[in-house]
Amino acid sequence: MNKKQKNLLIRIIIAAVFFVPLYLISEGIVETGLPKIAVFAMFLIPYLLVGHDILRKAFLGIKNKQVFDESFLMTIATVGAIVLGEYGEGVAVMLLYQVGELFQSYAVGKSRKNISELMDIRPDYANIEEDGEIKKVDPDEVEVGSIIVVQPGEKVPLDGVIVEGSSALNTSALTGESKPREVAADDEILSGSINMSGVLRVRTTTEFDESTASKILDLVENAASRKSKSENFISKFAKYYTPLVCYAALALALIPPIFCMATGFGMGSTYATVGALWGDWVLRACTFLVISCPCAVVISIPLSFFAGIGGASNQGILVKGSNYLETLSEVRVIAFDKTGTITNGNFVVTDVHHSPIDEKKLQEYAALAECHSSHPISRSLQTAYGKKIDPSRVTDVEEISGHGIIARVDGVKVAVGNEKLMAHIGVESRPCHHVGTIIHVAVDGGYSGHIVISDELKENSKEAMSELKKAGVRKTVMLTGDAERVANKVAEQVGITDYRAELLPSDKVDCVEELLKECSGNERMAFVGDGINDAPVLSRADIGIAMGALGSDAAIEAADIVLMDDDPLKIAKAIKISRKCLGIVKQNIAFALGVKILCLLLAAIGIANMWIAIIADVGVMILAVLNAIRCLFVKNL
Amino acid sequence: MKKSYKIDVDCAACAEKMEDAAKKTEGVKDCTVSFMTLKMKVEFEDGADASEVMQNVRTNCKKVEDDCEVFI
Repeated sequence: MNKKQKNLLIRIIIAAVFFVPLYLISEGIVETGLPKIAVFAMFLIPYLLVGHDILRKAFLGIKNKQVFDESFLMTIATVGAIVLGEYGEGVAVMLLYQVGELFQSYAVGKSRKNISELMDIRPDYANIEEDGEIKKVDPDEVEVGSIIVVQPGEKVPLDGVIVEGSSALNTSALTGESKPREVAADDEILSGSINMSGVLRVRTTTEFDESTASKILDLVENAASRKSKSENFISKFAKYYTPLVCYAALALALIPPIFCMATGFGMGSTYATVGALWGDWVLRACTFLVISCPCAVVISIPLSFFAGIGGASNQGILVKGSNYLETLSEVRVIAFDKTGTITNGNFVVTDVHHSPIDEKKLQEYAALAECHSSHPISRSLQTAYGKKIDPSRVTDVEEISGHGIIARVDGVKVAVGNEKLMAHIGVESRPCHHVGTIIHVAVDGGYSGHIVISDELKENSKEAMSELKKAGVRKTVMLTGDAERVANKVAEQVGITDYRAELLPSDKVDCVEELLKECSGNERMAFVGDGINDAPVLSRADIGIAMGALGSDAAIEAADIVLMDDDPLKIAKAIKISRKCLGIVKQNIAFALGVKILCLLLAAIGIANMWIAIIADVGVMILAVLNAIRCLFVKNL
Repeated sequence: MKKSYKIDVDCAACAEKMEDAAKKTEGVKDCTVSFMTLKMKVEFEDGADASEVMQNVRTNCKKVEDDCEVFI
């Protein structure tokens, strides 16, 4: 609790201690024989103690022509009650209102703190090495290219490349991934991750302002400034609502008594005197004012969004604004980029067919023959072989452009390439029914089978699609520049409902336009890409989701939601988080307004008294705030 | 030009009032106040002197909500 809150708490406690015996006296439960005026004077002590700042605010509000606010409502209602001789009720309303205010301010402060702890990636210092001595400096002061030392247990202060040392990094604050990442010399590391085991010497590649940690913090902190429709609705609503209830209360205080006096209705029977008539209706109007206080709705909605965005960031999902969270919850159609989103985007050996010799041996031949090439296909052959390659075993390398390579490996003539190469050397190759790039190998003039190289599906792609279906996404479309056959196979494997193949980058935008047209009513369409070459599509869709985007500025700029790692399951998770958050917002609006309207009606017809009014007001607010905080808990969605 | 300032205020409705007051200040093109993050993001008119405008923003905010602060 901060100083203001402590101060208010003490005032509430002291006022409550005064209030309880006074209330017993005023209700005649304890007989003292004190005159009424003395009781009134004594009631003023707790009233002013607990409510003086509200009275002051209401007064200043009137002075500054900002009449209609909560303080004004409370002041009129409590002063009205006290003037009518209902001292106990008047003071109780002020007391409980302040209890509610204290709770609200405590809860908001607490969730602010919680969320900043969740996103605790801001480094406090950097260890810079100077003349063999380690000095702690502000990360802001470290120049690009400096060597910094990161000890175990410390946060990596700036992005950089490891010069020396190896360690495991905890990147959970950045990516939501709990498995530590193993790093060694020459690996790039990102600020905000935590060094767990070894000492690292790192050459920095960015300034602090440009580092990953700063950028992420900036994004999250600015997220709340893009307000959602619900938030805008509520702030507009509050602008008209408060004056409206004030006039309604005024009407309630004036019209019925005037009507009764004019027509004589209820005079002499229900109301003994004119004074009693007016007293009854003015008190009803005061009760009406207490109930109508809009704070429960006004506070709980931004709090829900804030907590939802905070909870999502903790899971490695950055949402750039409450409005995007709102739109995301309405997504029913999702288009995916293939490479890098559904597949890993790196080509690996997936199969070896028709090899008369040992498959390992075949791969060894292929890898060695291709050892001088840096083509991605050659590299994947080398990776599949897995052992160190000794180039001295390879002689007479002849590269035939567009065909492949012929070389001698350990003195044996090896040809590695496509069908054309096989035809070129007069070897009959067997076609392959698999999808991917097919590398034929001939050893010593005889056909020795082929190696299938294809892009790997991501581990979670299939599960992600079924999760999305469960989350209510009715259509998933894969957009790819790849061949029809490849697209068909991938779509089938992961269970995607539709695909468009052989697209040029500009065709993708047209596809998205088409899908946007298909969406009916409240349906929204999202596009998921890895941020490479798809910035226009990301910004054209209702919601652009960039994945695995850490370090890619263009993607972070163009997307509305950024997934820090490249796990497609996170898409479903993001949708679930948004649904939960929006669900809570709607619950709160319906619950708070429902209770208010009910109590307002009860107050107007004279059933609800001041006690019910204030308990409904503060109770609804506390429940709504507690409900809003649930948005923070999204880990197990 | 856009700048972000820390603020201090006690209630969500008061933050709304500050936003309105800031928007009406001369030299301010647009402004958003986030009660949750206690930040005020101000977009200035071209050629406006930020520090001068912000003094007026603070005065105007104090007028509508006496119990607030804008840290310039």
